[in-house]
Amino acid sequence: MNRLKTVGYHVSMGLVSFLWIAPILWVIVISFRSFDDVAANGLGSLPHSFTLSTYKQAWEDADEFRALINSLLVTIPAVLLSLGLASMAAYGLARYNIPFRRTVLLLMLMGNLLPPQILLIPISRFVELIGYYDTLIALIAVHVGFGLGFYTFVLHGFMRDLPREIQEAATIDGAGPGKIYASVILPLTRPAMAALGALSFTWIFNDLLWSITVIRSGEKMPVTPALLGLQGLFVSSWNVIAAGTVIAAVPTVAVFLRFQKHFVGGLAIGAVK
Amino acid sequence: MTSTAASTVTRRPWKVSPLILVFVFVPFVVEAVWVFWPALQGFWLALTRWDGLSAPTFVGLGNFRDMVSDPIFRTALKNTAIWLVLFGGLSVAGGFGMALLLQRERRGVGIYRAALFTPVVFSLVVTALIWRVFYQPDGLVDSILRGVGLGDFIRPWLADPDTALYAVILPALWRQIGYVMVLYLAGLKAVDPALYEAAKMDHASAWQRTLYVTIPQLKGVNAVVLSVIVIDSLRSFDIVWSMTKGGPYHSSELLSTYMYSTAFQSTQLGYASAIAVVIFFLALAVILGYLIRAFKEES
Repeated sequence: MNRLKTVGYHVSMGLVSFLWIAPILWVIVISFRSFDDVAANGLGSLPHSFTLSTYKQAWEDADEFRALINSLLVTIPAVLLSLGLASMAAYGLARYNIPFRRTVLLLMLMGNLLPPQILLIPISRFVELIGYYDTLIALIAVHVGFGLGFYTFVLHGFMRDLPREIQEAATIDGAGPGKIYASVILPLTRPAMAALGALSFTWIFNDLLWSITVIRSGEKMPVTPALLGLQGLFVSSWNVIAAGTVIAAVPTVAVFLRFQKHFVGGLAIGAVK
Repeated sequence: MTSTAASTVTRRPWKVSPLILVFVFVPFVVEAVWVFWPALQGFWLALTRWDGLSAPTFVGLGNFRDMVSDPIFRTALKNTAIWLVLFGGLSVAGGFGMALLLQRERRGVGIYRAALFTPVVFSLVVTALIWRVFYQPDGLVDSILRGVGLGDFIRPWLADPDTALYAVILPALWRQIGYVMVLYLAGLKAVDPALYEAAKMDHASAWQRTLYVTIPQLKGVNAVVLSVIVIDSLRSFDIVWSMTKGGPYHSSELLSTYMYSTAFQSTQLGYASAIAVVIFFLALAVILGYLIRAFKEES
């Protein structure tokens, strides 16, 4: 009876898991099919061909290569800057009695909870006004500004829970606040930083809304919004679109696989608190 | 000497090293420039009529009055409500169910969890394209329906006003369920196993244990999940924009997509800001709840 239950469990969970990733597998299969095969047999049929030219088309003709570079040019600085600034703010707010510290912390968190729609028009205008419309720098700034509040809040929670003796010991050794931040507090916050880093990488890399708000020209688009352009470029060449989709998904999947533990831990940070 | 110096830092609150003030001030200013100030402008613009070229003219609550008689706004509002209930409700139900099924560490569970979690890693644009391929005429959905003899049901899923909204919700759910599952898995791990033992001693069935032990113990997680779901629902934009752009005939329009097209396609910037303010007020209750929880935690 128990045995039967176990078998039933694995069969049904196996089926659910398979159905869950089936759409992904199907798109990967389509990305290797030739145009003639898709035209003749339809998207719903099993493959009758194998080609890599779809990837070549997406990579070169649609210039996904440049789009990927743009994505990295935005994502990496934005992640580093927002985590750097957030950890500084969190350190000050968590370890020192700064006037209005609680108000500042909650204000910063509130900024992140705002629906981005309220900011779209003023930000696109502001970016135009300072002459940075249609630049990657503007996109980096928007991501840093909007993400800061949440990262500060999470890191503050971590730093607050570190024992105060460590800081006292460092003070006795003659370390100033800057030194304590860099060589005592930051190393101890590494797990939280790694979790937030993995999370924010995917968030920023996957962004669509801010990109299409502050960037206009095609050659500056990061890969996520550029994918939408691919649809217009290769109307009904679903095999090329599938290849483009696979390419665009690879970086976040890679980050996820590399930082799997941190990633899932990061998502759960909010839940356990 | 130095140890008294350390304790004076805490006793005399206003005397903080200037470096620390800079540490807090710089990020705060960055956020003020990119979030607080634009947000205030957004609220102000909602009270104006503005085409982006001439100066905005103040119209008071005129934009909000216009909404009442705007059929597209009403559709968008209704669809946002449907989205909240279906996308929100089903992802909580699905995510919680899967977390219950996958909470016990046993062979294979890691693989099942990974499978359900995989879509979370993808961008919503990637998700949208994966499912667009699926929904294409003669795509897999149609082939399967034909295969099981339901060929009559086949329709242009994303181009039919009756099905477009639901055809977009499905991929959004596919991605969200794994996310909610992870939140609940973390919450379940924190439940004291002794409680289950006690309930077992009292001959509580598995169903009763879930109902009377697990669910009450997950209060904190539920609050977080609820906030995440409501905020995510109201923010949902990418998936709709990539699949239908709110069409056909606004049948899959959400407040967020309507706001975007009003702002950047028909450049009614005042009216678009007013829609954004409506989104803000819909989210306000949840935002306040979240902040109050955060505030309590701090004190």
